[in-house]
Amino acid sequence: MKFAVAAALVFAAGFAWLPAGEAAPQKLVLSGASTMAPVAGEIARRFESRYRGTRIDVQSGGSSRGINDVRNGLAAIGMVSRVLKPQEKDLQAHAIAWDGVGVILHASNPVAVLSRQQISGIYTGKIANWKDVGGTDSPITVVNKAEGRSTLELFLRYLGLKASDIRPHVIIGDNSQGIKTVAGNSNAIGYVSIGAAEYEAKHRVPIKLLPLEGVAATVANVRNGTFLLSRPLNLVTGTAPKGLVREFIEFARSEHVDDLVEAQYFVPVSIR
Amino acid sequence: MREISHVEIMSSGHARGDRMVQWVVYFAAILVSAAFVWIVWDLVRGGIGHLSWTFLVESSRDAGRAGGIGAVLVSTVLVLLIALAVALPLGWATGALLAEYVPAAGGLGHTVRYSLQVLAAVPSIVFGLFGNIFFCVYLGLGFSILSGGLTLACMLLPILVSTAEAGLRAVPGAHRLSATALGMSRTATLWHVLLPAAAPALVAGLLLGIGRAMAETAALLFTSGYVDRMPDSLLDSGRTLAVHIFDLSMNVPGGDAPAYASALVLIAALLLINVLAMRFAAGWQRGKMVTV
Amino acid sequence: MIWLRHSISSPSASADTLMLWLLRAAAGVAASLVLLILFFLVAESWPLLMRDLPITHFVTDSSWHPDEGAYNLAPMLSGTLYAAGGALLLAMPLGIASALFITYYAPPRGADAYRRLVELLAGIPSVVYGFWGLTTLVPLINQLQPPGSSLLAGILVLTLMVLPTITLTAHAALVAVPGDYLRGAFALGMSRWAMVRGVALPAARMGIVAGAILAAGRAVGETMAVLMVTGNVVQHAGGLFDPERTLAANIALEMPYAVSDHRAALFVSGLTLMLLVMLLWSAAARMGRG
Repeated sequence: MKFAVAAALVFAAGFAWLPAGEAAPQKLVLSGASTMAPVAGEIARRFESRYRGTRIDVQSGGSSRGINDVRNGLAAIGMVSRVLKPQEKDLQAHAIAWDGVGVILHASNPVAVLSRQQISGIYTGKIANWKDVGGTDSPITVVNKAEGRSTLELFLRYLGLKASDIRPHVIIGDNSQGIKTVAGNSNAIGYVSIGAAEYEAKHRVPIKLLPLEGVAATVANVRNGTFLLSRPLNLVTGTAPKGLVREFIEFARSEHVDDLVEAQYFVPVSIR
Repeated sequence: MREISHVEIMSSGHARGDRMVQWVVYFAAILVSAAFVWIVWDLVRGGIGHLSWTFLVESSRDAGRAGGIGAVLVSTVLVLLIALAVALPLGWATGALLAEYVPAAGGLGHTVRYSLQVLAAVPSIVFGLFGNIFFCVYLGLGFSILSGGLTLACMLLPILVSTAEAGLRAVPGAHRLSATALGMSRTATLWHVLLPAAAPALVAGLLLGIGRAMAETAALLFTSGYVDRMPDSLLDSGRTLAVHIFDLSMNVPGGDAPAYASALVLIAALLLINVLAMRFAAGWQRGKMVTV
Repeated sequence: MIWLRHSISSPSASADTLMLWLLRAAAGVAASLVLLILFFLVAESWPLLMRDLPITHFVTDSSWHPDEGAYNLAPMLSGTLYAAGGALLLAMPLGIASALFITYYAPPRGADAYRRLVELLAGIPSVVYGFWGLTTLVPLINQLQPPGSSLLAGILVLTLMVLPTITLTAHAALVAVPGDYLRGAFALGMSRWAMVRGVALPAARMGIVAGAILAAGRAVGETMAVLMVTGNVVQHAGGLFDPERTLAANIALEMPYAVSDHRAALFVSGLTLMLLVMLLWSAAARMGRG
């Protein structure tokens, strides 16, 4: 019986807590691209410290999820790591940064360069061994992204392939999961956000980014526009932003967060 | 019954075959024990260096690579408390109804028992889907500790009901007769005699429930969410310890050490709850029976 | 506690009636949960279920490519059955041998210790099994044959996870075998193995089979551990070293970013999974009664 009473008390306390929690901070929910979640989280933290009494929650998923959550009201702001599609013109996009998508290998892999044809051959299963592209005699582990990810869409468009053409060995969700998979398998090849890859490579994770068409996959080349596989990182809203939403978006596009954006190896909009 | 008469079996009972089977059985036991030791050894070796007091109380930083699991522990406890606060009264009341108030084979009893058995078989990821659409979207609770707790409550119900029912049924009929002879109402009998007498079973069910809730990941991914900050209210998203381990090991390069350490904490917590609650159960029952 | 004593001494019929209705309400809520879950699963799957008739397109589409409108669940169904079947194939002999060890073969102290160990094994969360599989098993298998994330890794992890269920239910069933049977067999001069094979196992068969089906249900529905070690490629696995994806893993992997039809297709996965498990459960219930 003590249990029942204790349980009831806890429950009552919980509900007493609810309105208090609700009334105090102004809350804003962001949801969408996992590529953007870390930088959005950092921006949110700085925003909260500047604007007392606000709380910004960042939920990570994928770009299409961000769009969906904004449409049905689960989130005030969606994070979309690509340009909006024609059928998404009901929404408004506000770019906060630029990013590229790069091909990554394990740091110990001797292969230093792959042509577009070679990458396409590897991802469609026509090339199955590293020795065919100048590496050691070992089978290639192809790491692909699950469908619904904008990184996948961008990569497929670059190679001119359909999702059903790919012959993967491992399917992953987030960028970081892809990096972790490649870092743990010396024969793996994957593709992830350049920002995420450079961040991890600088944190001594054993991966390396390959150049595309002779252009090194670096933030600098994304910034000067020479790197082909680049994309905007957008904050998306259903209507013209106002109130807290507007304050947050303006803050995220301002030079006050440039250092945060660059720390995550993206290119701030105010610079490019 | 028919098998018993197969006495011809004994003709094949050679000592050598007997010995061989014994070896096979021992081998299986050794194999399983070795796997257990292997897992535990790996966890301890990987995590013990990362464990410290600051790891337990600090919030996580840098996606969990640095800092600790303080906020995650708070979220875990909150989700657990909500789940129990909802599931315990519902589960025990249902158990009491099934055991004391309706005939075992009757219509209502049968229906309730049947649907609870089906509920017990539902995979946790399906609870996750349901929780997401019902609590987060339909009821508008969003990704929150409340949504996660309520989803877990649904999952725990069958365990709590079946243990409560079994426990109440095991109480000797003499208790009920004596209570009636003393002029106690049925409600009072339930409250002061039967529930205390069934306390060990109730606590056993509670333990099973806590164990299952703390270990749960799939049902919480889409209900209580990923946010690893200290929650301000029950409507905030909060990451539980099991989800934290999942995220560190799958999504965070260099997250293995804190993941090992978190796994150690989770297993230690499960063991501790088990031991404490068993002690508590014994004491509670003694105290209650004396006052009545 | 004084006020409680007071309430004991004044029994009232209305309090009893109120109590009964309270209990009935609680039971009603508990019982309707299953219907509620089924309702929401069907409601969310409905648009996709009804849009492309016949429903068989869920097993005849080219493969699982949500972006291209292809939703073939068959590879994941086979993936689920391979992983669960393989795990049962390994866990059944190991689990029954473990139960025999505890019940008949081990010295008393050994039996007790081993039982504790199996119970501890049951208490390890699935995400920890998955994590261990990811960091220990997958790299090991990768050395044998890349990529390491494979059906085999899934089977091995699932085996460890369902082993306690099989062991503990088989042990309970063996303990419940009437002592008279065994004494009778002993009096007939049967060897220990003959006694086990001829008397104990047949008498405990129902319990063991029911336990196995429960274990199968757990293996089919298991999500996190499998998601972490099987590589999640949608294909009919051609061998133990091939990666594959299960129905449960499909939901957990793609749910975070699925929208519209894709999301509905994941609810169809969930519905399929639920029906599969309910089927298994009905079989177990029938066994239990029979």
